[in-house]
Parts: sequence; structure tokens; C-alpha cells
Amino acid sequence: MALLADATTLLGKELRTEFRSRELLTTTVVFILVVVVLFSFTFDPSTSESRRFGPGLLWLSFLFAASLMLQPCFLREQNNDTLSALRLSVRDPFSIFLAKLSANTLFLLLTEVLMLPIFAILYNVHILSVFPQLVLVLFLGSLGVAIPGTAFSAISAQARMRELMLPLLLLPLLTPVLIASTEATGALLEVNPALRADWLGFLLGFDLVFLTALWLFGEYLLEE
Amino acid sequence: MTTPGFFPTGIRFENIDKRYGGLYALRRVSLEVRAGECVAFAGRNGSGKTTLLRIAARLVRTSAGTVKFVASASETADSGARIGFVAHATMVYDELTAEENLLLFAKLQGIAGHAARAATLLEEVGLSERRGSLVRTFSRGMRQRVAIARALLNEPSVLLLDEPATGLDPEGITWLANTLRRMRDAGRTILMSLHGESEISALATRAVRLDAGAVVADTQAGASLHSIVTFAGA
Repeated sequence: MALLADATTLLGKELRTEFRSRELLTTTVVFILVVVVLFSFTFDPSTSESRRFGPGLLWLSFLFAASLMLQPCFLREQNNDTLSALRLSVRDPFSIFLAKLSANTLFLLLTEVLMLPIFAILYNVHILSVFPQLVLVLFLGSLGVAIPGTAFSAISAQARMRELMLPLLLLPLLTPVLIASTEATGALLEVNPALRADWLGFLLGFDLVFLTALWLFGEYLLEE
Repeated sequence: MTTPGFFPTGIRFENIDKRYGGLYALRRVSLEVRAGECVAFAGRNGSGKTTLLRIAARLVRTSAGTVKFVASASETADSGARIGFVAHATMVYDELTAEENLLLFAKLQGIAGHAARAATLLEEVGLSERRGSLVRTFSRGMRQRVAIARALLNEPSVLLLDEPATGLDPEGITWLANTLRRMRDAGRTILMSLHGESEISALATRAVRLDAGAVVADTQAGASLHSIVTFAGA
């Protein structure tokens, strides 16, 4: 239970520092907004085109925004060497990852939920009737992005060319999440919406596999 | 400064090597620091002082050799050794207040009565009136005081200090010297890297000089305080 207690304390710290600085949320919201608006200008999509291409465009913008958001996750722990202070203090190093990936998932989910109404207006799709199901897909997809993203953020923070390294490592790995999330979102935006259990199961499996890997090997990623 | 859980702890470095690629940061370093000693590490930049302290704090893995915390000749104390570490950087969050920083680390360390402990330390370091201010609004010296308070939260049996006087004004240095003197006299083990002579270096009971990652001189207890201070500051 020390793991959960430490993770909760650290999550509180993550939320407090972010809501004070608003660095990550502002950057991500603005980035997604720009991408979604630019795509809508480029295609001027009809409803049927939006159903076909919209989910892919939406998830691509989420993915690129996430790679922006995840970059400073461990980098800002290096400014004052606070990562060392955390390593000296926590009882289980996995609590550092658990807190950070929870915060990243929350920030990403919050951004996505904020962006959904704008997406619905610009792309002429109806989301109100399937909003809870969409949030479920967004949650599982965001978790799938945040778990490996947090791990790679820890790796890239110690590397040279770190700005390039994170998207290079992360984006190819997230291809399965992109496909599954796009398919699940697309199915919900159809004329006869459906919650695709197969894609949700795939996302859940992906999340569990990477969470287990992070739990087993995460400690090594924190070493100098 | 003595607490119920406190027991004197020494450190044994055995044949420590630390390589970064082909470069040796430390080469076959063997040292026995007895419980209650106050050791000053001297040497040029890049001589390995910081690496040795970070290895002692278990923040850096050795390439070869072992570090052991010992309560006595026969008893290892690895699981029970409480370490306080002050690094070059402040190791506190700029976006949190001084009090929030101390409460965060106290909670993570499972310190009972963490709020009272944080309040006591803020009083001791002279920041109780600024407890609610964000650390980013502090001067370098004030940040260093928060850093030292954070390191003292768990009432460490071993204190590792990497140039602890960085950024402190003369008044701050005197305060730090008095704090360290009390800790040394209470039997805490102190390892510190220093540049030049100061009130802090005068506290050392032993001085070790490193050069290119190797121990090149070690003045054991018994040498005159003046020679140790001169040595540490050389």
C-alpha cells in the first residue's frame, strides 16, 4: 500500500504544479485546436467524409499532441535534480511512474474531452448520444499513449537530441493504439453507433502489457 | 538531534570503479568512514567527489566494487541507514512553496508527524515567514536553505553534502556550520565535498583528496585541525 500512498502523494504534486504553471495543458489544447481546425479547412468535410476520416485525424492530432506533452514529463525533474530527491524518498520507484502516467492520462483525457465538441462542430458529427462510450475509448487510448510515453520520456530525458528521440521512439510503437482507437471511435460515429468490444479489448490488453513491463523494468529507467 | 530510530552508521567503500564509457570517474577507491566521522573531500573539478557522494547515496550504480553501510564491524545496516543528501542542484520544486516541498518529501519518506517536522525545519532554516512563498521567488541562498531542510527531514544517520555552502551568504554559512557541528557532535556521519576553506571545512575530522578519480591523500583523525583545513582547502 506504500506504493499507492506514494503515487497518490506524487499525483497531487503533478496536478498542483501543472495547474499552477498550465504549461502542458495550454500547449496541448492549442496544438490540437490548430491541427483540427487546419484539417477542417483543408478538407471542408461532409458528414460521411467526416465519419470516414475524422476519427483518424482526431487520433493523429492526439498522438502528436501527446508527444509534445510527454516531452517535459521527466525533463523538468532534471532542472533541479528533483528526480534524485524522489528516488531517495519513495519506497517503491514504480510510484514515480504510476503518478506520472496517471497525470499524463488525466491531462490527455481532459484535453481530448475539451476538444470533442469543437471536433463535432467542425466535422458535422453527432457525439452527444455516444459521449460516455467515446470517453471510455478516449480513456483506454490515452492510457495506451501515456504508459509507453511516460517510459520513453524517462529514457529520452537523459539522452542527447531528446526532442527528436521521444517522437522517434514513441510514435511507431503507438501504431497499434492509433489503429485500435481510430477503429473504436469510428464505429461510435457511424449512423448506427456500436461499441466495438474487440478494439476495446485490444486497447485494454496493450495497456496491461506495457503497464506490467513498466512495473518490472521501470526502476532501471530512472538510474543515472 | 538524536531520535529513537537513530544509530551511528559508517560507510565502507570497497574497490569502487565508476566508468562512463571509457572514462574513469573513480578508480579503485577504497575508504572506510567510521560512524560519527566528518569527512571533507577535496580535489579539483572532475576529480570524482560528486560521483563518490552520489554512489554513497545509491543514486549512481558502481561499475565495480561495493558500498556498505555498517553499524559496527560485524553488523551491516544497509536496510536501516537513513541518508540525507544535498546535491549541487537544490532538489526541490520551484513551482511548490517551501512548506509544500518539505511536506511532499516528508510524506514520501513516511515521516510521522510530517507537518510538525516541516514546520520545525522551516523555523530552523529561518524560512518560517516565507513558508507559503513559491521556491522560484527565492534567492539562491534561500533555495539552498530549503534544500538543506529537505535533506534533514528524516534526521539522517549519514549526511552527504555536495558543496553545501553554495549560494549561502556569510550568515547562512555560519548557520550551516552550527547545524553540522550539532549533527557531528551527536554522532552523525558526514561526508562533504568542499572547495576552499570555510567555517564548514573547519568541522572536518578527516580530509580525503581525490585526483582523477583516485584517492591520493587521506589525513586520518589525529592530524591537527589546522592541517586538515588547509589540506581540504588546497
